Amino acid sequence: MSSVRVLVGTRKGAFIITSDGQRKNWDIQGPHFNGWEIYHLKGSPLDPSRIYASQSTGWFGQVIQRSNDGGKTWEAPGGGVTPSPQGFPQGESNRFVYDTSSETGKPLTTHQWYDGTQHPWEFKRVWHLEPSFSDPDTVYAGVEDAALFRSVDGGRSWQELAGLRGHGTGPKWQPGAGGMCLHTIILDRSNPGRIVIAISAAGAFRTDDGGNTWKPINRGLRSPYIPDPTAEVGHCVHHIAMHPSRPDALFMQKHWDVMRSENAGELWEEVSGNLPTDFGFAIDVHAHEPETVYVVPIKSDSEHFPLDGKLRVYRSQTAGNEWTELSKGLPDRHCYVDVLRDAMAVDSLDSCGVYFGTTGGQVYASADAGETWAAIAEHLPPVLSVEVQTLS
Amino acid sequence: MIRVILPPHLRTLARVTDEVSLAVDGAVTQRSVLDALEAQYPVLRGVIRDHVTLERRAFLRFFACQQDLSLELPDAPLPSAVATGAEPFMVVGALAGG
Repeated sequence: MSSVRVLVGTRKGAFIITSDGQRKNWDIQGPHFNGWEIYHLKGSPLDPSRIYASQSTGWFGQVIQRSNDGGKTWEAPGGGVTPSPQGFPQGESNRFVYDTSSETGKPLTTHQWYDGTQHPWEFKRVWHLEPSFSDPDTVYAGVEDAALFRSVDGGRSWQELAGLRGHGTGPKWQPGAGGMCLHTIILDRSNPGRIVIAISAAGAFRTDDGGNTWKPINRGLRSPYIPDPTAEVGHCVHHIAMHPSRPDALFMQKHWDVMRSENAGELWEEVSGNLPTDFGFAIDVHAHEPETVYVVPIKSDSEHFPLDGKLRVYRSQTAGNEWTELSKGLPDRHCYVDVLRDAMAVDSLDSCGVYFGTTGGQVYASADAGETWAAIAEHLPPVLSVEVQTLS
Repeated sequence: MIRVILPPHLRTLARVTDEVSLAVDGAVTQRSVLDALEAQYPVLRGVIRDHVTLERRAFLRFFACQQDLSLELPDAPLPSAVATGAEPFMVVGALAGG
């Protein structure tokens, strides 16, 4: 009997929402980590019981949590009293230190600040955790200020893949309104050396050698609000999605514009088509239909809520350009929430389930690929992220 | 034994329900108390002091004996009442927001 487990990160803790494969009756567990911001949780594709969580606050900084039983119990890896071989206490799981070692030759450089001056890189938090396809103990972390870290010991210790931050364009990267965050990490199951990441506001980058060297993949993006609208970097990419069967096909929700690439980001074309507004944050791809894409249009970058107070998902079954409004079960009026970049996910049951969370604390689910929707949780704290595990 | 009172979130993180007791060798200072605290509860590394600089996180304060000790030098002796265990050393989350 199949089931689904929805992992919800919010401003005040994590929630785990479960159902059987019918997806009609839901059980909500939580909050876990009460009062902490949980930017993201994600389970290992190899071991679904292994879940990683990013826990942070402005007071106490970053903590990484790990569950080995599907979210029932949690531990900070290395947080127990386990002396290292040298006799020192461990507890390194929240130690995200930029790599300035002579071996990798990546000095701590500066990036562009809001006022155009240069500003040193400062670690603030982990936005996104991406467990690997090859090893449950290997997991990637996208952090603010933008960098990519990797752990190969189950989150106990982290090392920066410094080639990304050391990319020559680093001084041109700048924070978006939410900070200079690396928020998207896409691994390619068929090509272990390839990783696609995205940074607000630098753009998208790709490595084909496991993270040693990176190239910007922003050709075709046009951002009229930056000095050079077609610059190599500086674009505010909000999120990228990929279907595992077509890893060269990428879909992007940019600050404004929905974009598609058919060549792993070498060139993008706009596919906003008939969307009522092409601003937004979340984007995802149907589990079984690589050309079916979902977005949640948001009115504008100065009004982060749906058009006309109507919460709507739009679906394209043609890889963009032609979009259909999905509304059944969603609020028709007085709805002024936002749907953030990591707050949409799909399950892989035969009838693809689609899920998203709002800053108003609702989590909506559709068990029929978006035709009908129902709130499976309400009145939660503002939702920062939604991930789904399909369990058999 | 040195007594340390943690803010609620850090008590949860360290899985303690009350104040903690620490043995500190040598001079009792902010640094030696926090070193002992992190040795006994490694999960607290990085959440009170920065991992690398060991500077106090900006939104935390240190109090003892009705004094704000946050800006004292890390190697300055703490009040004798803290060293004897008569008074606790308190890690306090700053009041912020409204």
